[in-house]
Amino acid sequence: MKLKKNIAISESGFLFDPSSGDSFNLNKTGQQIVKMLSEGKSENAIIRSILEEFKVEKHTLQRYLDDFYSMLRQFNLIENE
Amino acid sequence: MEKLRFERPVITRINAGVPDKFGRGANIQSISTIDDIEVSELIANYGSPLFVISEKKIRATYQEAVSAFKTRYPKIQFAWSYKTNYLNAVCKVYHQEGSWAEVVSGFEFEKALANGVPGNKILFNGPDKSDEDLTMAISHEALIHIDHFDELYSIIALAPKIGKKAKVAIRINMDTGIYPRWDRFGFNYENGEAWTAINKIMPEPDLDLMGLHTHIGTYILTPNAYTVAADKLASLVVRIKQKYDHYIKYLDLGGGFASKNTLKGAYLPGTDTCPSFDDYAEAITAALINSDIQHDHMPTLFLETGRALIDDAGYLLGTVLANKRLADGRRSLVIDIGVNNLFTSFWYDHQIVPAGIVHPDSEDTTIYGPLCMNIDVIRNAIQFPVLEKGNQVVIKRVGAYNMTQWLQFITYRPNVVMIDENGKSHVIRENENHATMNELERVPEHLKEIYL
Repeated sequence: MKLKKNIAISESGFLFDPSSGDSFNLNKTGQQIVKMLSEGKSENAIIRSILEEFKVEKHTLQRYLDDFYSMLRQFNLIENE
Repeated sequence: MEKLRFERPVITRINAGVPDKFGRGANIQSISTIDDIEVSELIANYGSPLFVISEKKIRATYQEAVSAFKTRYPKIQFAWSYKTNYLNAVCKVYHQEGSWAEVVSGFEFEKALANGVPGNKILFNGPDKSDEDLTMAISHEALIHIDHFDELYSIIALAPKIGKKAKVAIRINMDTGIYPRWDRFGFNYENGEAWTAINKIMPEPDLDLMGLHTHIGTYILTPNAYTVAADKLASLVVRIKQKYDHYIKYLDLGGGFASKNTLKGAYLPGTDTCPSFDDYAEAITAALINSDIQHDHMPTLFLETGRALIDDAGYLLGTVLANKRLADGRRSLVIDIGVNNLFTSFWYDHQIVPAGIVHPDSEDTTIYGPLCMNIDVIRNAIQFPVLEKGNQVVIKRVGAYNMTQWLQFITYRPNVVMIDENGKSHVIRENENHATMNELERVPEHLKEIYL
């Protein structure tokens, strides 16, 4: 899964998609995941990284990530897979 | 090193639109307790979904309504509308408070008798009264509210055979300036049908015309409609006195007071638009007091308020079954409360809140029930916090009509619990199970064996 290249993300969690003109807000976790995606990390790598840092069960995390990724797709922020 | 607390990742689109002109926040309050009992404890003890009724709230609302009328008019009598909620425990609370019974079928009549209401304190309404029902009502000296001429002729035929005078009133429909105009019940005022009915009753030796009844509609948001209704009934009282020298003992203004639920499509919530008991009381009593009825023969004012008395006292507790994304990305929440148990969700946008502390983020959400039916929608669009499977929810103001119009469909009907004034919970209707559902079924002999 790859984030669209031209997307701008600020340090405060503000995301701007110049192709649609839409703006978005991300919370801290959302920011972290989007950053890893923009760095080209794989979904498995993202899961490993979060599990190392945070107190969360793997299947709970997987559920949240599935939902988060579906929203990114819904908002057209992901390159065509 | 200890790991950090995890927060669910969230992305929200920023919509730069015109703000809500009323500035209503999307903040959803949660409910953790009902009459000081934890929602989680109630569900743990009695299962989910679960209807919960607050006896304290029933009594408080009833006393508020009675006080609004009694402070304005000397002779007031409430009659509990059985069809609104005829669970025996609920009816008994109203009867303990002094309310008579208002029934609309032989079944409800039998229920009221079994609840200890004397026949002469039962008002018998409705278009469906069989000869057996009418015989029971006349024998028990109930007040029969005649709906149509066929019923009137049945009573004229039955009363002499029973050997008791039938105590009757007629139901009158009328134009009170509101829409829709209910004209399917009773005799019409404007076209003279009501007066014709009165002229047929008065000469009958076995019928005693005790009262006049009207029920102008339901969820009436305009108290003035009751002023018009009371005025028209009062004019008939005066006319009957003039022609027959007969005093009408009571006027029954029916029910129809709105509860604080929000109707689908309403712009503002019911809590902001619904008139108070004082508004209705003022509209009705002022019309009667200012009428031409002689002040020493003022009729007793009967009220059959149902919805506005019981709705606030009922809660429906449930549990989240699943979260899903719809095709357009909208969140949907599946809960174990369906339209089979929450019949009123077909016309109300019920207030649904999480039980306990929840994530502060909310999303536009559709809330579905558990039935395998497309119509099973509890809320079409609501800003709702993201809940997880197993979280609990509370639906407010479900006391009216749900525990009578509910359907046994796909699932069993749940327990109904009443919390008494001391905070103790009691099951007042047990949940159904396989045995109760099969009790009335019979399988013919030739179908007993199956071959697979």
